[in-house]
Amino acid sequence: MEIEDVKKNTKIIVDGVLYNIEEVDFTKPGKGRSIYRLRLKNMRDGGVVDRTYRSGERVDEARLDTEDEQYLYREGDNYIFMDTRTFEQHSVPEKLLGIKKNFLKEGMEVVMLMHGDEPIDVNLPITIDLKVIETEVSTKTATITPQMKSSVVETGFRVDTPSFIKMGDVIKIDTRTGTYIERVSTGK
Amino acid sequence: MVEDEPQRLARRKANLRRRAFIYEYIRDFFKERDFLEVDTPIRSPAIAPEEFITPFESEDWFLAASPELYMKRLLAAGYEKIFQFSHSFRKGERGRWHNPEFTMLEWYRTGADYSQIISEIEDLITAIAGRLGFKNNKIEYQHQAIDLKKPWPRMTVRDAFLKAAAWDPVAEPDSLRFDTEFVTKVLPAFTPERPTVLIDYPASMASLARLKPGNPLVAERAEVFIGGLELANAYSELTDVKEQEQRFREAIEEIQKERGQTMPMPQKFLQALLRLPECGGVALGIDRLVMLFCNADSIDDVMAFTEEEA
Repeated sequence: MEIEDVKKNTKIIVDGVLYNIEEVDFTKPGKGRSIYRLRLKNMRDGGVVDRTYRSGERVDEARLDTEDEQYLYREGDNYIFMDTRTFEQHSVPEKLLGIKKNFLKEGMEVVMLMHGDEPIDVNLPITIDLKVIETEVSTKTATITPQMKSSVVETGFRVDTPSFIKMGDVIKIDTRTGTYIERVSTGK
Repeated sequence: MVEDEPQRLARRKANLRRRAFIYEYIRDFFKERDFLEVDTPIRSPAIAPEEFITPFESEDWFLAASPELYMKRLLAAGYEKIFQFSHSFRKGERGRWHNPEFTMLEWYRTGADYSQIISEIEDLITAIAGRLGFKNNKIEYQHQAIDLKKPWPRMTVRDAFLKAAAWDPVAEPDSLRFDTEFVTKVLPAFTPERPTVLIDYPASMASLARLKPGNPLVAERAEVFIGGLELANAYSELTDVKEQEQRFREAIEEIQKERGQTMPMPQKFLQALLRLPECGGVALGIDRLVMLFCNADSIDDVMAFTEEEA
């Protein structure tokens, strides 16, 4: 694509590496050429680099696809997903998932952002319902505020919940921030 | 969250009010100096061909990228001191300091060269600062205190590049390298607490400026920078019709080759040039001047409707 057409969050390939454009700084000295200074974030390791382009130059836009996939299981530091259409399996490294690894339930459907055969990102639903498997009975210790206490949900994730939450309750969690939203149902 | 239009326009109101005051002060300034305000067409059959300025086409005509040619036709007909606010259009120019439609203030006076025009820019901008209530020519832009006291430091393009990029663009012209190193090295090296006036551009970047008498390697062209903003571009105007036609022809060929756009030769302007007296003139970006005096980080904050909001 022409450098003129790049926007924030366009994904491009530079020297074989996939970057997300974090910032575009357009300047044009005097009667001269347009100069584009891009801040690029390496989508694999998160490293940030600045590159300067001039009008007329081209950049290689990354072709990204989305696939419906299902989360299968964890294998060491990798999480295994399966394309629900082709049944092809993809291994996603833990660091690519970040906080999202805490909300993966076996069999869960996600949308995978792919660059060729390489998974780039996993899009989860904004909220997820998870069962509480461990929580403190007493509210007197290890709580953030008198009303909150620490609970563990079925994926092993520790979350602050109100003190009325009991083992077996299903709670709704925001997958972007990892915070408790509400109780969905009470356990038996 | 997306801000809705009434909220956005309410937030910009203080800046737009200040913008209106600045227009008023500019008109007062030129009236006092006996300038005539003119108003020339925005849509024209021919405009100045410039390699790196892409015009919008309108039917078979063009939208003005600057009112320069018309203003010189007025000078050639005996008008001596003229100014104009002009909406100008440049395709693809969008960013913190650019909107494809913007407002240019241009003024010209006969019998003047670029040096006198630079002094007049200093007079105008310090006069506006005073009327806006800034004391002792001191303003602040993006956390940088700036002293506008006249005269402003002038530096040749050659010295600026030698100092910041260890390269002499006059002795070794290279416009590609010039543009890149200007943005990445030269501009960041300017003294932030003072305006900077860059003078004497390489002859190949003269555009519509005359070459310096006694030194044809450079053109009498000046650019004014304040707070990192490129504010104004001044010339001792080229009055040699043969040289101007030659420069236009080269630009037209280059544009045809690079953009595949056919630009007509501005014949009426060239005919007027035969009668154009010695004169100096300047184009000043009003939106950026308002940004400076409103301490605005983006051009969006000083216009009611940007390209995306139109």
